[in-house]
Amino acid sequence: MRHVIIGASFAALNAAKAILSNESDDEVVVLSKEKDAPYYRPLISYLLMGKTTEEKMRMSFPESVKIILGTEAERIDTKKKEVIASNGKRYKYDRLLISTGSRPFVPPFKGLDRVSDEIKTTFMTLEDARKLNGMLDKDKRVLIIGSGLIGLKSAEAILERVKSVDVIDLQNRILPAVLDEVSSEYLKKYLEAKGMRFHLGLSVDEFSEKSARLTDNSTLDFDILVLAVGVRANTSLFEEIGGKTGRGILIDTHSRTSIPNIYAAGDVTESMDISSMASKPIQIVPNAAFQGETAGMNMAGIEKTFENAVPMNATGFFSLHLITAGTYKGELLDLSDENGLRRFYIENDELKGFILTESAIERGGIYTSLIRDRVKLSTLDKNIFKAPLLMAFPKERREKIEKEAQ
Amino acid sequence: MSGINYLFPEYEVKRDYDRCIACRVCERQCANEVHHFDDKRGKMVSDDTKCVCCQRCVSLCPTRALKIVKTDNTFKTNANWRENMITNIYRQADTGGVLLASMGTPKEYPVYFDKMLINASQVTNPSIDPLREPMETRVFLGSKETKIIRDSDGRIVPHLNQHIELSTPIMFSAMSYGSISYNAHRALAMAAEELGTFYNTGEGGLHEDFYKYGKNTIVQVASGRFGVKPEYLEAGAALEIKMGQGAKPGIGGHLPGAKIVGDVSRTRMIPEGSDAISPAPHHDIYSIEDLRQLIFALKEATDYKKPVIVKVAAVHNIAAIASGIARSGADIISIDGFRGGTGAAPAAIRDNVGIPMELALASVDKRLRDEGIRNNVSLVVGGSIRSSADIVKAIALGADAVYIATSALIALGCHLCRTCHLGRCNWGIATQRPDLVKRLNPNIGKERLVNLINAWTNEIKEIMGGMGINSIEALKGNRAMLRGIGLNEKELEILGIKHAGE
Amino acid sequence: MKRVYINEEWCLGCHLCEYNCFLSNSKESDMVLACMGKNIKSNLHIEDSGDIHFAFNCRHCKDPICIKACISGALHKEGEVVVIDKEKCVFCGSCILVCPYGALMESESGVMQKCELCISSGGVPKCVEGCPNGALVFEER
Repeated sequence: MRHVIIGASFAALNAAKAILSNESDDEVVVLSKEKDAPYYRPLISYLLMGKTTEEKMRMSFPESVKIILGTEAERIDTKKKEVIASNGKRYKYDRLLISTGSRPFVPPFKGLDRVSDEIKTTFMTLEDARKLNGMLDKDKRVLIIGSGLIGLKSAEAILERVKSVDVIDLQNRILPAVLDEVSSEYLKKYLEAKGMRFHLGLSVDEFSEKSARLTDNSTLDFDILVLAVGVRANTSLFEEIGGKTGRGILIDTHSRTSIPNIYAAGDVTESMDISSMASKPIQIVPNAAFQGETAGMNMAGIEKTFENAVPMNATGFFSLHLITAGTYKGELLDLSDENGLRRFYIENDELKGFILTESAIERGGIYTSLIRDRVKLSTLDKNIFKAPLLMAFPKERREKIEKEAQ
Repeated sequence: MSGINYLFPEYEVKRDYDRCIACRVCERQCANEVHHFDDKRGKMVSDDTKCVCCQRCVSLCPTRALKIVKTDNTFKTNANWRENMITNIYRQADTGGVLLASMGTPKEYPVYFDKMLINASQVTNPSIDPLREPMETRVFLGSKETKIIRDSDGRIVPHLNQHIELSTPIMFSAMSYGSISYNAHRALAMAAEELGTFYNTGEGGLHEDFYKYGKNTIVQVASGRFGVKPEYLEAGAALEIKMGQGAKPGIGGHLPGAKIVGDVSRTRMIPEGSDAISPAPHHDIYSIEDLRQLIFALKEATDYKKPVIVKVAAVHNIAAIASGIARSGADIISIDGFRGGTGAAPAAIRDNVGIPMELALASVDKRLRDEGIRNNVSLVVGGSIRSSADIVKAIALGADAVYIATSALIALGCHLCRTCHLGRCNWGIATQRPDLVKRLNPNIGKERLVNLINAWTNEIKEIMGGMGINSIEALKGNRAMLRGIGLNEKELEILGIKHAGE
Repeated sequence: MKRVYINEEWCLGCHLCEYNCFLSNSKESDMVLACMGKNIKSNLHIEDSGDIHFAFNCRHCKDPICIKACISGALHKEGEVVVIDKEKCVFCGSCILVCPYGALMESESGVMQKCELCISSGGVPKCVEGCPNGALVFEER
């Protein structure tokens, strides 16, 4: 059987591994539009900080996987079961995985074309990182549009290498997709203390060559512009063949799309978040890995489902580490102290979400498992939120998770 | 009372701060709360006044940063008024109480085992190599038939009275569940089973979990009759009537109500929190005749299938007492010497009452032989058997087997700190505190006990082989194999041995 | 596979395993040198609650989510053992976020550390070897 995978990141890697884990002699072909060999994408900000190297960032696929670089999939022929690629070749498939990820979304700002390409960039790929790296200089002022993860991670990465970093966001708080209001403010204060400047609730009215006029009529001058407003799922390939999409390709728990023999996984998809019971894009590494693996197993003919997707994030800025999971609804239990934030959201006797920072992140995965397994909190020791201890679990749950490891 | 603390800590905890990593293992392991981490000074400190010198912290310290030393604080030297005499007076003047003590007496009395030497073969009689030739350590305890019965064809009809069979002449002596922990009992029971010998319930009854070890269990009936019921008597391989204990002859026992909790209370068949009082005498035994009644009551209750042991403390007229017991229907006499251990006893009694096991044994064995009733009973001795050599000497003096308890506890980790009566045994032995009891993993404990007994048994074989003796039976009462060293005429006479060089 | 298991019944909460673990993963051969003045970060934890104690370390899951969540490829398997390449780790915290056992933690050098069953020194993990009461065992279950 021949499997074609479009895209070469986490979903693709885990799918390829899953397909080949069954010791079949199935063929796996990966098409990547990037010229660079597959790499661990989230590391691009760490690369700028010198915490990793391009060498270390390389993502290795199983040996038998055929990776075709610099080749974009342009069209899918579902009748012939072929992918028509930018190199003019047609790749026949028995099963197809679309893991094309997402692309930066750049709103049509007035005057954006006046800003030379030499001094503006998005921050999504290794190529972007190299470009930004080339621009950095001690006397440069940087303007970042967007205070999401991409915006802030790029800000962190370059802060100490430039003169100043200004971040603007239409929202009135930073990292709104990941944090609640209190933790947003907490992080903002921390980053401000490090030297970042935030301009919130504002957008750009108009760009000129090296300056932006904001919606409050103030202007910000810059030498480097980073566009990090948001991302959009790369669904067009799939939409063209009539596949069902929302904000991403709609998939079921088997990572199947609406079209037979076509699977999708990773940032390109939209799936069910069990903490909010809403269908949404969950654009995080673990989700891509789970969905990719699930797709790969099913593509290889072995039934597997992934049913408990939960949005979660682990990130850090300088020495402030944060882990968050789930949704922030229900009753708030705030146990924050000098060791960091410990904010828990509880509804119907279940943990729905949490935000932990600094040393309070320790063993936080125990909380994530409570969300993912939808554990009834009344079955646990009440002290579970003071410290994440397995001891808080009844023996049966401890034995259950012990078994799950095996 | 006066505000002056007359008592200076007897031991000092010495911590090498070049080695202490403040891991706090000592703090977590000390039930006496000697150690703690001082936030102000940023280091571990200890309170010597609480230290009982059990060595738990020393043993567990991962950097060997701790040692415990005897204080060098010195009272004015006085050969008569020694320090412990003086401090005991301070203690009693403070409290008005009887001084309690645990384990065997630490006083310097002569240890006759250390004044006897064992013979070996040279030239005229060959020694035996136990690695090459069979060596019999099996022992049968019970009364021996003296008459030979033959059938009509003249063949000997084999006959054995009620007895127990030991693979080696070593048994674990009575320690009650209550005085020692569940896990200590379990370790003893498992070890006895694996070794093919016996352990003894003591007077605290038999925990329901341990009935399965019955064929390796001696069940005790003491003056308090705790836990005695038909199933209990049925469960054991032998029954032991405890008349006395070497560490505290003439007095009973008292396990405080605080220790009578949960399983201990159920096993003893007394209400939780009530003091377990063993009367000094059995109130139904005032004579050998009375004793005989109890022996036969027990035999009747168990269908004459199990041997009955009578355990007595070694006291002045032990020979006459043993002679009476040997005629009372008992199958085995157990003699407990005054150096034997206890979970709690008045110090004044433990340190001053009774006689040494070696002398008691020698005189009892002689008396029974003189009276022609030695085969009526087997003799088991206990009261500080410390090594395989002690066992060989005891058997040569006339014992059939020995009882060990202190040695067994030492194998389990006991460091003889002699504070069993406080109930805070850091080694999980003499305590009922669940957090302390779990420190003794019975699987490890069993292994250690089995190792000890196997090691001693091998040594016994070596020593016997050296004498050209290949069975315990041939060593028993073989006093020609012993010589005294540094003993006077009277002592040699009682022991029935010659002096070295004779 | 052989894993480290705790027999809760025999765990004393002495925490010696944590120190033996720390020593084993340090470059020192002596406990004093390894631990003196250090912030002890071991790869297994003792949880204490009153008289109940037990140790927990990486379960070396058959299907480890930490590896799936790792954004740098630092976590991977060596045979059946989940190990971390500290050179690759950037301490993003993703593995902390997903591990339901709480088995990974920040090391002194600011990257992640975890139990690797002492595979580099071979034989029995040092936590098990040094357990004074046979509470920790290394066995197939």
